[in-house]
Amino acid sequence: MARVFKLGDGVSTDAIIPGRYNVTTDRDTLRRGCLVEARPDFGQNVQPGDVIVAGRNFGCGSSREHAPLAIKENGVAAVVAASFARIFYRNAVNIGLPVIRCDALHDFVEDGDDAEVDVARARVTVRGREFQGEAPSGVALRIIEAGSLIGMIREGGWAAVEEVSHVS
Amino acid sequence: MGTLAEEIFSRRLGRNVRAGDTVIADVDCALAHDVTGPLAIQAFQALEAPLWNADRVVFTFDHVMPANTVAAAELHQMIRAFAAEHGVRHLYAEGICHQVLVEKGFIRPGGIVVGADSHSTTYGALGCFATGLGSTDIGVVFATGKTWFRVPETLRIDVRGELPPGVSAKDVALHVVRIMGADGADYMAVEWGGEAVRAMPLDARLTLCNLSVDFGAKAGLVEPDEVTRAHAGEHFADVHPIQPSYASVLEVDASGIRPQVAVHPAIDNVHDIDDVAGTPLHEVFIGSCTNGRLDDLAVVAAVLQDRRVHDRTRTVIVPASRGVYLSALDAGYIDTFVRAGALVLNPGCGPCLGRQHGVVGAGENVLSTSNRNYPGRMGSPGARIYLASPAVAAASAVAGEIADPAEAR
Repeated sequence: MARVFKLGDGVSTDAIIPGRYNVTTDRDTLRRGCLVEARPDFGQNVQPGDVIVAGRNFGCGSSREHAPLAIKENGVAAVVAASFARIFYRNAVNIGLPVIRCDALHDFVEDGDDAEVDVARARVTVRGREFQGEAPSGVALRIIEAGSLIGMIREGGWAAVEEVSHVS
Repeated sequence: MGTLAEEIFSRRLGRNVRAGDTVIADVDCALAHDVTGPLAIQAFQALEAPLWNADRVVFTFDHVMPANTVAAAELHQMIRAFAAEHGVRHLYAEGICHQVLVEKGFIRPGGIVVGADSHSTTYGALGCFATGLGSTDIGVVFATGKTWFRVPETLRIDVRGELPPGVSAKDVALHVVRIMGADGADYMAVEWGGEAVRAMPLDARLTLCNLSVDFGAKAGLVEPDEVTRAHAGEHFADVHPIQPSYASVLEVDASGIRPQVAVHPAIDNVHDIDDVAGTPLHEVFIGSCTNGRLDDLAVVAAVLQDRRVHDRTRTVIVPASRGVYLSALDAGYIDTFVRAGALVLNPGCGPCLGRQHGVVGAGENVLSTSNRNYPGRMGSPGARIYLASPAVAAASAVAGEIADPAEAR
């Protein structure tokens, strides 16, 4: 089971990793900076496989990719939010941090709840209740299938995106 | 046929594209700065591919310039080593990316530019489709010269009438954020128009497009006109909306806008100045990619001329670029600032990001002309950040509290 870290609406990338903690490319430094001021207990208690559940506009603000990296480096299984800011969502997909859009879960869930997350099906179960979220689609799905944007480009350049663009 | 965003993508791709289409497009140039650049370099290196075009890759040293820690110095070294290895010559340590790229002519009407910085939307002021991406996306652009876009729907904002004295583009933008909410234009392009926008000089238009991302927009755009032509010269392109179909249209009455203040803890917690006037201030920051340009500094100099900033209010002024700094020197503004007791710092991002040049402590109130007031943005999460125009900032620096610029005259 995964522990839920519940956050509110409008969690910015400044909250996820403040500007004083992201002047680095060192992954372990980023890991330690994750939510360091907004949720100081996160770093102390998080275990690989845990899940972040947030409200609207998660990851708004700065484009810093250090934010999804910091979350990923903590082994978080998925971020489930009512909605995501555009750049954060794209960054998370690019680096292979699972992101699920789900409106209903945030109101129901409480901090510290146990949750079961099925990333592939975008499904979260908490206290016996199942929530169906929305997994990435289109280009984002192709990137996820390749593991990361770098993986996708290394495998076949832009071919996978070209396929999607011809469908749309 | 289409919105300005659709027209730009259609021109670039040589076929008609519509909102909702997924496209792969060549970009004019790719920007990364001293904090996002190193991760972009790592992403590029992981591709094991040659650099697409050394002349179209731009690095700026602005977010921690000069370096204030060993870690920052090492990031700068990494970028310089990469540039030397690949023949990248566009390295700038003379101000904020979003001013420097405009000054150096990288931004052209009808173009497409991406940057590893969310405020890359700023470039839309010249009718260029520009958006912020993460470092990995930019690293892929370094290798391929392309990225993918979902062509966005457009929110058209018509600002009607004339702005009252003391009310600026910053107030218009904050007023719109108040209406739209922090995610109101998520995934959309915003097209700014109407008489009040047409009447704005370039600096003010850059402010509008800069703040577009702070209500969620993928791009902010102003249709090119004579103001654009005066800046773009031979690179001017007459690209404009043709029988556009907008997802929504917002009409704003310019004449009714009061000076606006975005109050801690959210960009969309916007109030008329009358609600917050009198709030004591420990710091005022004038600068940033939103409001650190010459027109902004001119407004500030007019207020600070023959006045002193309040004893309790350290006032930090940061010109957006060396070019702005030199013009401000020539105009006598810097002299005015220093005599008024303000601290004038080197061009760059200044204290906006809370890592240098005026970090704030718990319990402090700071009024900033920048674009973000998230808790912890400028230092301690226990500080309260208020965002406002240069006119409000200057009047408030003198008063030592949030003050209406109309009363400072």
